[in-house]
Amino acid sequence: MKKITKIGAVSALSLIVGASAAFADTIKVAFIDPLSGPFASTGTNGLHQFQHAADYLVNQNGGLLDGQQMEIVAFDNKISPKESLIQLQVAIDQGIRYIAQGNSSGVANAITEAVDKHNRRNPDSRVLFLNYAAVDPALTNDKCNFWHFRFDANADLKMDAITDSIVGNEDVGKVYVIGQDYSFGKAVAAAANRFLGEKSETIEIVGDELHPIGKVKDFTPYSRKIVSSGADAVITGNWGADMLGLGKSIIENGFEGPIYTYYAAGSGITAAFGEGGKGSIRLVGEGKINPNPSQEVSDYYNAFLEKHPDGNLDQTRIANTIGMLAKAIEEAGTADDVVAVANALEGMEYDTMFGGKVMMRAEDHQAIQDLHIFEHTNEDIAFPYDGSEYGVKVVNTIEMAGADSPTTCEMRRPDPA
Amino acid sequence: MELILVNLIDGLVTGLLLFMLSAGLTLIFSMMGVLNFAHASFYMLGAYFAYQISLALGFWMALLIAPIIVGVAGAGVERYGLRRVHQYGHVPELIFTFGLALLIEELVQFIWGKNQMPYDIPDVLNFTAFAIAGNSIPAYKIFMIFISVAIFIGLLYILTKTRVGMIIQAALSYPRTVEALGHNVPLIFMGVFGVGTALAGVAGVIAGPVLGTFPGMAFVLGSIVFVTIVIGGLGSLWGALVASLLIGWITTFAKSYNIEMEDILNGIGISTPENLSENVFRDIWALTSPQIADILPYILMVLILIFRPAGLFGKRES
Repeated sequence: MKKITKIGAVSALSLIVGASAAFADTIKVAFIDPLSGPFASTGTNGLHQFQHAADYLVNQNGGLLDGQQMEIVAFDNKISPKESLIQLQVAIDQGIRYIAQGNSSGVANAITEAVDKHNRRNPDSRVLFLNYAAVDPALTNDKCNFWHFRFDANADLKMDAITDSIVGNEDVGKVYVIGQDYSFGKAVAAAANRFLGEKSETIEIVGDELHPIGKVKDFTPYSRKIVSSGADAVITGNWGADMLGLGKSIIENGFEGPIYTYYAAGSGITAAFGEGGKGSIRLVGEGKINPNPSQEVSDYYNAFLEKHPDGNLDQTRIANTIGMLAKAIEEAGTADDVVAVANALEGMEYDTMFGGKVMMRAEDHQAIQDLHIFEHTNEDIAFPYDGSEYGVKVVNTIEMAGADSPTTCEMRRPDPA
Repeated sequence: MELILVNLIDGLVTGLLLFMLSAGLTLIFSMMGVLNFAHASFYMLGAYFAYQISLALGFWMALLIAPIIVGVAGAGVERYGLRRVHQYGHVPELIFTFGLALLIEELVQFIWGKNQMPYDIPDVLNFTAFAIAGNSIPAYKIFMIFISVAIFIGLLYILTKTRVGMIIQAALSYPRTVEALGHNVPLIFMGVFGVGTALAGVAGVIAGPVLGTFPGMAFVLGSIVFVTIVIGGLGSLWGALVASLLIGWITTFAKSYNIEMEDILNGIGISTPENLSENVFRDIWALTSPQIADILPYILMVLILIFRPAGLFGKRES
């Protein structure tokens, strides 16, 4: 018995050694996001899209450089900044050079600081932070650093697009702003107030408040206030269960105007809104899929559906993140020297399959791209979400939104070696 | 004024929902002397089972069948799990229920995935019952109130007026004596556990469409249920009811009215310091009631534990 165990152990060990030798040529991207808890669905969907993008855009086409494959390594951070820093350290210790994270700007703020510190102290194991969804403007303003790249439009750019749409809508005279009580929710509220104040003198903000993130069981009291305030439109930055809870509650309690938001699609949210959300949910985002997707987009989407029949391709920026990283690695000619890769990413103009260009602005590492206002509907939907008949459709487009938006970023670049 | 009435109704709905969860938990506690950490998980199971059944047989069958399945599962857990662990003392029991909660969450994610389920209000109830000053009260809320009140009255009747209830109450306080009189006490315990979890199941069935059916739903509600029974007094059904309603109304009103800490502090005679943005306590000054509404029950619990450790209606002095 003992002997068998020994042989087993030895063969297992040799397997591990063999396996690590075989994977020595992979480019690993650590995906640090919530994979358990209240926001698990959002995180898991993001992970699937990363894996698909890496497989479809990189690995299927023979990999990068001399055939290196790209691998997404998942880490569960339980949406906690503290946990994220532990996972970040684990990832770095495993020799991973690229960190992808998106859910929660609170986490992103922690990671970007930790990455900056780590890279200054450990020039031999520097890492890049690919932020695909955390949209707190500070990340590309006061807190910007050379290692952080944001592939999503930040909250200000998105709010710019939303407020354009609201000002253009003559039925809206009163607006209610509500959001989650943390850095992102506050940024959304501040931006909504600022832009509406700048763009219109007639629109009145009748409510502006924050609620605890991920802890509200029943949003009814909030929706009561919204209805009784006489608001014509609601702006919220909520996401995950908080978005669905708030949106459903507002609609059920008799609000009939549009709800302008950032993240009210996919992850089960579209199906759960169903008919109720039609005509009221409006989203801002990048990447046009409906109506009339191009052949390239259809192929990409169908390949994703083959692997995840119930999944949604609801974050097209993930494809851009992987596409741009791959292009930068090819241009730099290396995946190990992240400074070279970062230099290649800076100022890169990338033709995205979803139409238009993505430009990684060099001075603050903020991606500039076309932004759309989407509508939750079941008409003209080629690719619905959540296995339902509902999806989101582009109703309005702002090309290269915010290309000339100001930034307070003073980038400290590493000294040339 | 009208808004107060609307908030009273909303708070009542929240409170009664909480009561259905805490009633089962508090019964189980007075029986076994152990907090069932997995209780909210049975609530989640109720919602998921109901969603699955409603796809095939409709909402009403789901309302009927799902709690029964949850109750049977609960009874099974007691019979084959807790009863075995019981002989080793309370700590293993606690750990057992804690593990069970994690297990159920993983199981739910494994079967249904991590997404929100499109579990919706049935069409017959999907209309506005009436409106108060522009605030519509959905018919489903009225339905929730009726179901919960009916359950409370039924429970109270069974526990206090029927023979079965007498035996249960006796078994809760003097299990050995009741056993000596020829009653099957382990069977009673199993039954109470089953009914308690079935109640949580009912709560899940009717709350799922409103509060969302997702793997985190047990986690969101889990801790507040414990708070409720601590405030109400462990083991007291009336206490659970009063505490649930109290929590429902406190949180609803705190969210509905923007009461600012600055006003309260000024009201009790502390004037706003100059240069507020420089002040160390600026975060406290800037607090508003909606921000802290969901932690108010915890504050209440701490106060209760300090001034009346047995809870509002509790009898135990241990």
